[in-house]
Amino acid sequence: MTGQDAPLAPTSGVGGTQSTSGAEAFTSGELQTIVAARSLSGKRSCFIGVGRPSTAALLARMLHNPRLVLVYESGTIGAKPYHVPLSIGDGELAETADLVVSVPEMFNYWIGPGRVQVAFLAAAQVDPRANLNSTVIGDYEHPGTRLPGAGGAPEIATGCDEVVVIVPHSRRTFVEKLDFRTTSGDRTTLVITDLGVLEPIDGELTLTTLHPGVTVEQVLQDTGWELGVLDKLGVSAAPSAEELEALRELVAR
Amino acid sequence: MSVAELVSLAEAIERTVKDGDSVALEGFTHLIPFAAGHEVLRQGRHELELIRMTPDILYDQMIGVGAARKLVFSYGGNPGVGSLHRFRDAIEHNWPHAIAVEEHSHAGMANRYVAGASKLPFAVMRGYTGTDLVAHTRVKPITCPFTGEQLTAVPALNPDVAIVHAQEADRDGNVQLWGIPGVQKEAVLAAERAVVTVERIVETLEPRPGGVVIPGWVIDYVAEAPGGSQPSYALGITERDNDFYREWDVISRDREQFLAWMNTHVLSAVSA
Repeated sequence: MTGQDAPLAPTSGVGGTQSTSGAEAFTSGELQTIVAARSLSGKRSCFIGVGRPSTAALLARMLHNPRLVLVYESGTIGAKPYHVPLSIGDGELAETADLVVSVPEMFNYWIGPGRVQVAFLAAAQVDPRANLNSTVIGDYEHPGTRLPGAGGAPEIATGCDEVVVIVPHSRRTFVEKLDFRTTSGDRTTLVITDLGVLEPIDGELTLTTLHPGVTVEQVLQDTGWELGVLDKLGVSAAPSAEELEALRELVAR
Repeated sequence: MSVAELVSLAEAIERTVKDGDSVALEGFTHLIPFAAGHEVLRQGRHELELIRMTPDILYDQMIGVGAARKLVFSYGGNPGVGSLHRFRDAIEHNWPHAIAVEEHSHAGMANRYVAGASKLPFAVMRGYTGTDLVAHTRVKPITCPFTGEQLTAVPALNPDVAIVHAQEADRDGNVQLWGIPGVQKEAVLAAERAVVTVERIVETLEPRPGGVVIPGWVIDYVAEAPGGSQPSYALGITERDNDFYREWDVISRDREQFLAWMNTHVLSAVSA
């Protein structure tokens, strides 16, 4: 998912990498991670997978929510890793966790009853109602692309109060009709992409916030359906020097 | 009650795994029984129904050499890296042959093991709501007899053989594992026959924080296999080889390269 992040200018739509007026340049991926980290402000606990969601949650703990409880599917609750883990089973997660539980306990005692507040999820496809596909592209019996499958997502998405989806913004991802509905979008509160933020309004995802330097046209062009746009469209704050510094230090560990 | 027999890895596999068996080599991102899985392949077992929540590199290898007729799973990816190319090639292109697939969610698989370990016919859970999985797998709606709530029943999972890896066993075959416990205890208790490979045999098991003990009298064979979960890891003894998980993405992409690698590193290796 990384590596294709376009450089964004912090203050204008020209998209250059040069910093302007003293602010540092940043990539669209860095901004996506920082916006995801901000969404955890004031939250109690968050269920996370690897990759950008994990980076965002660690960043939230570093910057503004040191008591945020990180829950990984592998059974580690209250993990406090120093490094961004490669896998959800990295030893550092178990060694730093408040408790380590079996998989049945994780789903039956912790996820199912709603003890974890927020879930970060990713997917290959997102539809207008924020349902997710992580199973197949094409026909189920004869798929063009076999994806990894559901994992914990179906029950995480119905167990946690708030689901935050973190995906790249493209027509391949944002499709009118999913090839397979793996996970319900009923509890999705935010979809954070590298271009902006979508939120459900009357059940349908709507563009509510643009990242700086991104245009509405760009988002519409990269969305596979006629996306609604909020009248009072917000703009994400450019990363502060503190946010960028912390993120880069975290990734470099 | 009998105690587990301490035997060599080759003997443990020879005595438990037959062609056509349903076999669960469990381990949830930790303590993955690679050495035992490789021994199954060296002994030429095939037509296996492979069961595992998170088929990762080991099952990619077993599927890629054609040892599986069916896969029962909930997440088939290379954790933190991406696709399992042999798993994908089998499903997308029937290479080296077609495999049947039965897939669940993690919560569903976990509860299936719990039912299996409990020797109950099914487990009940809230789940599989709002997912197309229901139409493609074995779950049924069930009404709570006390409240009338609509719940989901998942069938018990009782593999012919469970194989797991742990840190230590004593000479009576009592096993202790610590760190991420996954579903290993449930898999052992659910299965008809159980094999545990361990990093080391010790005189006495010492209590460990978060340690899970599986008594020798529910295990058939214990075999010493130091480093037996590499490139996965055994917390406190070996480290996860993250580089290998990334390398596997390259090795496994190409059929010929994959087969050459398997021949050199697994199939022609001398068994432990």
